[in-house]
Amino acid sequence: MLLQALAFYLFSAVLIASAVMVVAARNPVHSVLFLILAFFNAAGLLVLLGAEFIAMLLVVVYVGAVAVLFLFVVMMLDVDFAELKRGSLQYLPFGGLIGLILVAELLMAGSVWVIKPLASGAVANATPQGITNTEALGRILYTDYVYYFQIAGLVLLVAMIGAIVLTLRARPGVRRQVISVQNARTAAMAVDMHDIKPGEGA
Amino acid sequence: MSFTTSLTVLLPEIIMAIGAMVLLLAGAAGGEKTATPISWAAIGVMVLAELAVAMGTGGPAFGGAFMADNFARYAKLLILISAALSVLLTEEFFANTKQSRFELPVLILLATLGMMLMVSANSFLALYMGLELQSLALYVLAAFNRDHLRSTEAGLKYFVLGALSSGMLLYGISMIYGFTGSVDFYIVRDVIAHGGVSIGLIFGLVFLISGLAFKVSAVPFHMWTPDVYEGAPTPVTAYFATAAKVAALCLFLRAIVIPFPHAIEQWRQIIIFISVLSMALGAFAALGQKNIKRLMAYSSIGHMGYALLGLAAGTALGARGILIYLAIYVMTNIGVFACIQAMKRQGKPVENISDLAGLARTNPKLGLVFSMLFLSLAGLPPLAGFFAKFYIFLAAIQANLIWPAVLGVLASTVGLVYYLKLVKVMYFDEPAEPFDSEIGIGSELIIILSGAFALLFIFTASPVITIADAAAKALLP
Repeated sequence: MLLQALAFYLFSAVLIASAVMVVAARNPVHSVLFLILAFFNAAGLLVLLGAEFIAMLLVVVYVGAVAVLFLFVVMMLDVDFAELKRGSLQYLPFGGLIGLILVAELLMAGSVWVIKPLASGAVANATPQGITNTEALGRILYTDYVYYFQIAGLVLLVAMIGAIVLTLRARPGVRRQVISVQNARTAAMAVDMHDIKPGEGA
Repeated sequence: MSFTTSLTVLLPEIIMAIGAMVLLLAGAAGGEKTATPISWAAIGVMVLAELAVAMGTGGPAFGGAFMADNFARYAKLLILISAALSVLLTEEFFANTKQSRFELPVLILLATLGMMLMVSANSFLALYMGLELQSLALYVLAAFNRDHLRSTEAGLKYFVLGALSSGMLLYGISMIYGFTGSVDFYIVRDVIAHGGVSIGLIFGLVFLISGLAFKVSAVPFHMWTPDVYEGAPTPVTAYFATAAKVAALCLFLRAIVIPFPHAIEQWRQIIIFISVLSMALGAFAALGQKNIKRLMAYSSIGHMGYALLGLAAGTALGARGILIYLAIYVMTNIGVFACIQAMKRQGKPVENISDLAGLARTNPKLGLVFSMLFLSLAGLPPLAGFFAKFYIFLAAIQANLIWPAVLGVLASTVGLVYYLKLVKVMYFDEPAEPFDSEIGIGSELIIILSGAFALLFIFTASPVITIADAAAKALLP
């Protein structure tokens, strides 16, 4: 229990700190790196909750794809973030006020929130005992609902064919590399020999 | 019910899916010149699937999401026949315009697969997935002639309005799920039988019917039909008017009749309303049309109105009426579109009604079949179309829907006017420049088949009626 509490405070502290740094860092590349750190710590928190599948998804999808994409965009495009950020402080009082109002509203709504006793019975799809939640989700998606899953695949196939059919055009004048032609080229085809008389030029 | 049993039940669909993917790969490897063999292979795949449907095992599959009963089989046979004939038409159409592309038969295969899944859907989720598979392929097919303004406009209009209607359908489904706690048709039925009809459920039902009415192009949701029918390439329009209509109407029938038999008082009035309006609009709006494909669009709106009258009856007799209606409608319509495709001058298609002038003198055979098919659509005895309307009105009257039936008969007399006008143009007007005499062997075959069906249905009616009866009994015992 102590270990868990320790891990929780470690993950949450690093998560909040790196989230603040995402906003505060001057260098946009550093921002993205802090974002990745934040994702990793959020994944750690999810593992503590016993939702290891979502933790895995967070790392694979957000760190693996989204964050790297951000990094590429930040590095490739020359956006002056310092220029963009200038003057953002002057909106702080107004933005803070709106934030406070929203928090107050949330508290008011939350304090009178009562969950119907019947509602707990409606949670029918809790993770079955004895298997991991990855396996439980996999069973639902690929065993119980395999029929729908396969049709969804066909729908995507149709979308792909449709996009190609409606937009792909053979454009004239595009030079494509034809390796067989390149390899079949001989010296006689490529080089033209001229006999130039001395003192006359070509 | 094991996984392998489910797969055996789904054999026709699996054949279609694998066939489509193999043909797609073959086309991608072979390039544009493979368009014709791939069209023929697609027809082969459909024939195979048809055999699998005819001989396959019935029953539910995948935990009741899919249902292969006699009703679904009947609908699938109709869908596959009309899809195969449409591929035949597309092959000739695009080979003539030198725009053949192998993706077309593949897309038709996938759309047909979506239709087969639709008519077998036994839960709202399966219904939606099948419908989306079908619609997405149909949007692309409508815009297939992408260098023509009309075709792209048709595709875009169909897409935007189709997405809107899908949204309405989904909204309705979510309400139904929220108020019954299930998407399974039979569970929804049980919940309503025990718990009664709540106001939220009625909201859901109205949205569901609106979405489905869009897909069958019934009246308040019909606006897209004339533009899409006019803009899409003729054989694709033929496909829209036959296979897509069968699928949408059978889906409509199943999705209303199975989950909501205990809410019949609530949905019947809506169905009667859209049915009567469709019949009326189909008859009156078609009177002033100049373009034959637009005219066929209004004609199809009207025909959907008649078919929906069978649904309003809510009885097995009504369902039987719809199934007979669809068989006759499909067989007649595919012939009409084959005739429309034969309207060419110097290889260029013409679509105006005035171009038909004097067809009976310039091309007597085509003129004869063409006008016979129109008279069948109008419902003149002894042609097939008469029996279609007869069984619908019979069911409506037995279900005590006297007024809607009377209005239907009146609308069909108005409809007779424009069909007769077409016959008059073909027989009595001064001949216009003749059409190309070269029709194409496939189109000719379809025209002969369809004409023979319209003329000889009176002698072969009883097997069709027996099969339709068995199919309707599967739905409404």
